[in-house]
Amino acid sequence: MTFTLAFRNLFHDRVRLTVTLVGILFSIVLVAIQLGLYLGARSMIISMIDRAHGDLWVMAYGTKNFEEAQPINARDRYAALATPGVADAIPIIASFTDWRKPTGGSTLVVVIGTDNEDGGLAPWNVVEGDVTGLGARDAVMIDKTYLNELGVKKIGDTAEVGASRVRVSGLTDGIRSFTVTPYVFTTISRARALIDMPADKITYALVRLQPGADVESVRSAIQAKVPDGEVLTTAEFRTRSLNHWLFATGAGVALIGGAVLGLLVGTVIVAQTLYSSTKDHLNEFATLRALGSSSGYIHRVILMQAALSAVLGYALGMTIAMAVVYLSEHTALPIIMTPGLAALLLALTVGMCAISALSAIGKVMRIDPAMVFNR
Amino acid sequence: MIAETVTLAADARPPSPSGEEHATIVLEAQHITKELGRGAGKVRALKGVSLSLRAGELTLLMGPSGSGKTTLLSILGCILTPSEGSLVVAGHSTAGLTPEQLANLRRQHIGFIFQSYNLFPTLTAEENVRVALDVRGKRGSEAVVAAQRALHRVGLRHKLKSYPGNMSGGEQQRVAVARALAGSPSVMLADEPTAALDSENGLAVMQLLSEIAKDKSRAVLAVTHDPRTVPFANRVLRIEDGVIVGEERRTEGVETIHELARNRKRKANA
Repeated sequence: MTFTLAFRNLFHDRVRLTVTLVGILFSIVLVAIQLGLYLGARSMIISMIDRAHGDLWVMAYGTKNFEEAQPINARDRYAALATPGVADAIPIIASFTDWRKPTGGSTLVVVIGTDNEDGGLAPWNVVEGDVTGLGARDAVMIDKTYLNELGVKKIGDTAEVGASRVRVSGLTDGIRSFTVTPYVFTTISRARALIDMPADKITYALVRLQPGADVESVRSAIQAKVPDGEVLTTAEFRTRSLNHWLFATGAGVALIGGAVLGLLVGTVIVAQTLYSSTKDHLNEFATLRALGSSSGYIHRVILMQAALSAVLGYALGMTIAMAVVYLSEHTALPIIMTPGLAALLLALTVGMCAISALSAIGKVMRIDPAMVFNR
Repeated sequence: MIAETVTLAADARPPSPSGEEHATIVLEAQHITKELGRGAGKVRALKGVSLSLRAGELTLLMGPSGSGKTTLLSILGCILTPSEGSLVVAGHSTAGLTPEQLANLRRQHIGFIFQSYNLFPTLTAEENVRVALDVRGKRGSEAVVAAQRALHRVGLRHKLKSYPGNMSGGEQQRVAVARALAGSPSVMLADEPTAALDSENGLAVMQLLSEIAKDKSRAVLAVTHDPRTVPFANRVLRIEDGVIVGEERRTEGVETIHELARNRKRKANA
């Protein structure tokens, strides 16, 4: 009967129920979008690092993230290669440069130079063309999300990077940059030409260890050989990039702050409506108390009301949130929804509604059951 | 019709209408005092009230407004605690019980009928009765059967699925009686059960209470100021200024609603 009572109390006043559900809905959508954006940003920030097949990164000292790295001397790569325990040290170039559109105007891009045969870092989610096509003259690969921004429409279209002509040889789907600067994949030699990088320079040396080699020992050994550079594990480089973009710039704090704000607003709205609903049904709760119901029984009714509100609000909120996620899928700033985030949102909604129920429970616990005789 | 009037018969234990000398006492209050308010606003609502309720009896508690009827009912129903005095319900002393323990005592032994029915407007008649059973831990088909049986007993077989808003005042009060009855309490306490009803429905409810009171394991106490209810009672207690000032015991038996109508007609003809 606690469920029936809670359900009827809730649905008895449709206007109040609507207000409650709208409150939860907005809260859920806001939190889902904020946390989805956070996950999306996180995924974009670390996508290159995670997709690279290596154990250690040799880079310029103080490099904060994948895109903004100073060049290092190619000798550092050889030093790494000569270190015991190292199976391979793959050169990678990454640098900002200008992309001049065929239609006029230019935009900033990040050129990533890597040779496919090295197996270090290659474009993924290729939807048109082939990675091997990068070997062709002037070939570059871009993400279809940025076609408009880059002023090209299809494979075969050309543009200019630096003083050189490039031709789109393949398209990927979903390789987006947190800085909203399109990635342009090409071979290492072509990348060097496009950004005018000397032959003795690279941006990273991606180190792959021999099976059984100790990461820390190898890292220390390489570090000793490249005193001007820095050697990070993949996990460290990932953490450093995330810390830089999400926390040092404040972007992540803003997203998480927005989510917390959404939760607070939702909690206040649900608490307010649940409290006023309880107040309206105070005589009924007093009657329950007079009939001898335990405090726990009354708590269950109120918490059931809160839980019902949570489930309904969650279902509605998630429906809208999923629509927003779907719409954002092909934008430069995709919102990511994972089963984990969906479960977290459900837990947050239930928690928010349970906290909201506290004020109502407090009110009911102060009822004088003798009020049943005064109506 | 009233056979005798005993003034200040607080401790008196007259024989039951059936003549049994030792009918079971299911509720006993001794020297109950209740002070309400604080400081200068403090009021002594009850001044040493003692009474006992016996199984198989319908007792009326009558008195003017402000005499302490409802306060006494609240104390007998373990809703309020007395400032002084003792209360024993179905053999359980209420002394020192916590609010949760008092709620447990109410749940186990006391049924309430309220002036304004206090039904849940969002629940059907059957569900209203089932709530009282649910509170007692009785659920499922057992509760449904018990609720339907209680509603049949009060003549509402055809209103099981009706909501209070679609029922007359008399029907609502009968649902309230069924709700109180369903828990099989030792004591049923009714607060002005006829006050919100017209004459016909009021008498029907009193008839119902007098029938319920015939159960030898249950006592019924109704607070009322309605003189029409007196013929249904086995005993009438009068309270004024927080003191029981009289007890009237009816020895000629309780009238049924039909007898009452017949007697009224006879008087009118005479």
